[in-house]
Amino acid sequence: MDAKNLKEYRKLCQESLDNEYLRTTLDTFAVAYRSGRANAFAGIDIDQLVADVAQMKDDTLKQLDDYLDRFTRMAEAAGVVVHHARDGDHANRIVAEIGHKAGCKRIIKTKSMTAEETHLVPSLEREGFEVTETDLGEWIVQLRNEPPSHMVMPAIHLSRYHVRDLFSEITGKKEDEDIEKLVKVSRNQMRKKFAQGEMGITGANFAVAETGTIGIVTNEGNARLVTTLPRVHVALLGIDKLVPTVADALSQIKVLTRNATAQQITSYVTWVTGANQCGAAEDGRKEVHFVLLDNGRREMVADPLFSQVFRCVRCGACANVCPVYRLVGGHKMGHVYIGAIGLILTYFFHGEENARNLVQNCINCEACKDICAGGIDLPRLIKEIHARIQDNEGHPLPSLLLGKVLRNRKLFHTLLRTAKWAQKPVAGSDGFMRHLPMIFFKEHDFKALPTIADKPFRDRWAEIRPQVENPQMKVGLFSGCVQDFVYPEQMAAAVALFKDHNVSMVFPMQQSCCGLPVQMMGERSASRDVALQNLNAFAKEDVDHIVTLCASCASHLKHNYPVLLADDPKVRPDVEKFCAKVIDLSSFVHDVLKVEEADFVGDGKSVTFHAPCHLCRGLGVKDAPRNLMRIAGMDYRESAEEDVCCGFGGTYSAKFPELSEQLLSNKLSNIEASGAVMVLTDCPGCIMQIRGGMQKRGMDIEVKHTVEALSERRKKK
Amino acid sequence: MSITEATDKPVSDVDRFVDKARAAAAIVSTIGSFEEAVDYAVDLGLKKELRRYAIDDSGVNLAGAVKTIAAPLLSGQEFDLLAAAAETHGLDCIGTGLRSHLAGVDIGLSYGDIGIAETGTVVVNCPDEQLRLATMICEYHVCILKRSAIVPDAYAAGQRLTEFMLDAPTYTAFITGPSRTADIERVLSIGVHGPLELHILILED
Repeated sequence: MDAKNLKEYRKLCQESLDNEYLRTTLDTFAVAYRSGRANAFAGIDIDQLVADVAQMKDDTLKQLDDYLDRFTRMAEAAGVVVHHARDGDHANRIVAEIGHKAGCKRIIKTKSMTAEETHLVPSLEREGFEVTETDLGEWIVQLRNEPPSHMVMPAIHLSRYHVRDLFSEITGKKEDEDIEKLVKVSRNQMRKKFAQGEMGITGANFAVAETGTIGIVTNEGNARLVTTLPRVHVALLGIDKLVPTVADALSQIKVLTRNATAQQITSYVTWVTGANQCGAAEDGRKEVHFVLLDNGRREMVADPLFSQVFRCVRCGACANVCPVYRLVGGHKMGHVYIGAIGLILTYFFHGEENARNLVQNCINCEACKDICAGGIDLPRLIKEIHARIQDNEGHPLPSLLLGKVLRNRKLFHTLLRTAKWAQKPVAGSDGFMRHLPMIFFKEHDFKALPTIADKPFRDRWAEIRPQVENPQMKVGLFSGCVQDFVYPEQMAAAVALFKDHNVSMVFPMQQSCCGLPVQMMGERSASRDVALQNLNAFAKEDVDHIVTLCASCASHLKHNYPVLLADDPKVRPDVEKFCAKVIDLSSFVHDVLKVEEADFVGDGKSVTFHAPCHLCRGLGVKDAPRNLMRIAGMDYRESAEEDVCCGFGGTYSAKFPELSEQLLSNKLSNIEASGAVMVLTDCPGCIMQIRGGMQKRGMDIEVKHTVEALSERRKKK
Repeated sequence: MSITEATDKPVSDVDRFVDKARAAAAIVSTIGSFEEAVDYAVDLGLKKELRRYAIDDSGVNLAGAVKTIAAPLLSGQEFDLLAAAAETHGLDCIGTGLRSHLAGVDIGLSYGDIGIAETGTVVVNCPDEQLRLATMICEYHVCILKRSAIVPDAYAAGQRLTEFMLDAPTYTAFITGPSRTADIERVLSIGVHGPLELHILILED
């Protein structure tokens, strides 16, 4: 996939959006994967297992050279030749030399992402070798002269009809599209390749230091034949595949297969230790080579933030749950490595030029982080790479401008107030803009955009600020820009609800945007400055909690501020105090105010919920909003995929409007199918997106913030 | 009777093994003696259709092909039993020379070293190439697993696995069900490059 710039990249993504087969397949898969995975992990404490594997990999990394030495010594003692390759070209040269020296021509190969990484096959073909991919999916894409589109399911983008036509060409007769029969075609065709292969090439899923063993996790049985029949075996593996012991490898298998293919274990795990007996070799011993690849790995793990990438077990789950992958497929969501981890590895293994556009195509929904077998904070790393590329190549003007504006609260707020006047000619009486001002892209027409409120919350505060006698607690309100300037009524609803529960409130006027939009655009330093401003705004207020109605703000304040301000030890105690106080609306009402049914007049209205990414994953809040709906006497009806992103993603929806539109469309359909007459959510950005989509589609379903629905049902005191 | 039960493997591990192996599409039975395994393997060989593959440009050659059972590494006595039963029914029985049978072996008969209940996995440690090939190229793999060799989970087998691997070189296989793929439209298909079926015979010991 080659796109010179973002515009070209967007065009490529559009091609995928137009590919109906791909879209349906990936949709079905995304839904099936989630339930399959849950079954595979039944009875297992996933968080603990992931934490254990992460710890094991982190500990391994600390003594990487020791373990590498141990592995090398053990493997060599068992008759293996161990090579160390600096980069992809070096690795390819080593493999070619082994082949030439041993006088091999026919090579049979198993699936290996590391070999994809180094472009090993084309390199060997240029050297005159005949290379056959023996894994069914890999063979299919090899015959099509295509790269794999998923790390575990390389041909997921193709249908049985594609495969039938392809196989018909190979066998010279019309093949049936029955999948069982197509699989047997590959069984029949491949036996000859196995029998004639002189050299076998595999990857490895792990390398065990204590025994010098490599392990290969497969289903088809081809890896067993490839490691057994030819007289030469070359395994190409990254140094990150190292684990200290057999038991560690067993833990890794436990999480890998369940996360990758929702299998409790694959059909085969093949453990190769040393140069085994081999009837095809002159001396009866197989010639075995392990090629250990660096190719940017050491540089990556030397970086304190990126060292966690060492934990990746290449299960591909981050693609399985990525809403963007689901729309565009692997060929558009990676260079060689695919999905969230692919965006990161591309930068380290294949350079800035290949990562530049890709890293922008992350909507920051955190679904990948939530599912990762190694507990890697993938979205953060993607944002960091985006920031580094911009620092290196120069920042684009809009992102630079936004950074400049946000740094200066007064300027930012003045601009928002001015925008209110500027929109007058196009603003409708229903709170949506009639025609989009020129500043928006025409592609953005898929949702109606809200108008800026007549009076921002900060200007109303003096009037509505309640006097609370005998307050039970003191709360600082953090509005975020959208609730301050677009939806101040949501803030007002919260104030009324809190007042009933004897909460005294302050609204520090120096607060500004949380900074997430500039963070999303790779403006790290602006993001840091804004964080400091907000920290200072609340420093003087002695509050018990800092409540925000925006899940994205809450998650950003709570989890990103400590990282953004980590370089300044002076502010650390303040940051810790600040972050500990930040709480989202639903958790505050549910867990702190502990509201009861008696506080509400229920009306049995049917409602469904959209779980904002930064609520359900960012903050791990799942039950509170749903319980609140029931407590307040509403009839909660679950809709499908409630926790899948609505497509807003802040500045993402402006950058990738086509993808944002499609995500929104899926969301609206799921909401509609629930049969509810109202949808609630805990994030003004999601409200903007969903409400705008409803308006455009002409759907008659109310979209409200949870706090509005609660406040409207308060029992009058 | 009660003494036997007390020394028995806890039933739950074996039951779990059977459930999990079946969930992975293995066919599991219990046998009381090696003779039953012989009958099982021969029956299976008779029941199944003969299949051969092209291994060079001359194509598939079924002329003169005889159904074959490959069973390397059996004790001399066991092999003789199997070979006699096979001969009675017109089947071939081989213990070596697997490389000259790449065009197809009908039944592969082997012992398993460990059974892992948690996943229904049989572990076959096979430094011997003949054994390895028999379990790979056969159409139907029949694996005898002693009841006492079943352990609750992979970690319980960790020590033995490590011992296998420290006795290098070796080739250790975890086998769970038949070979499979979901590479076309994610539809599960059984029998790709490895055995089409895995039969596990749990031998009471």
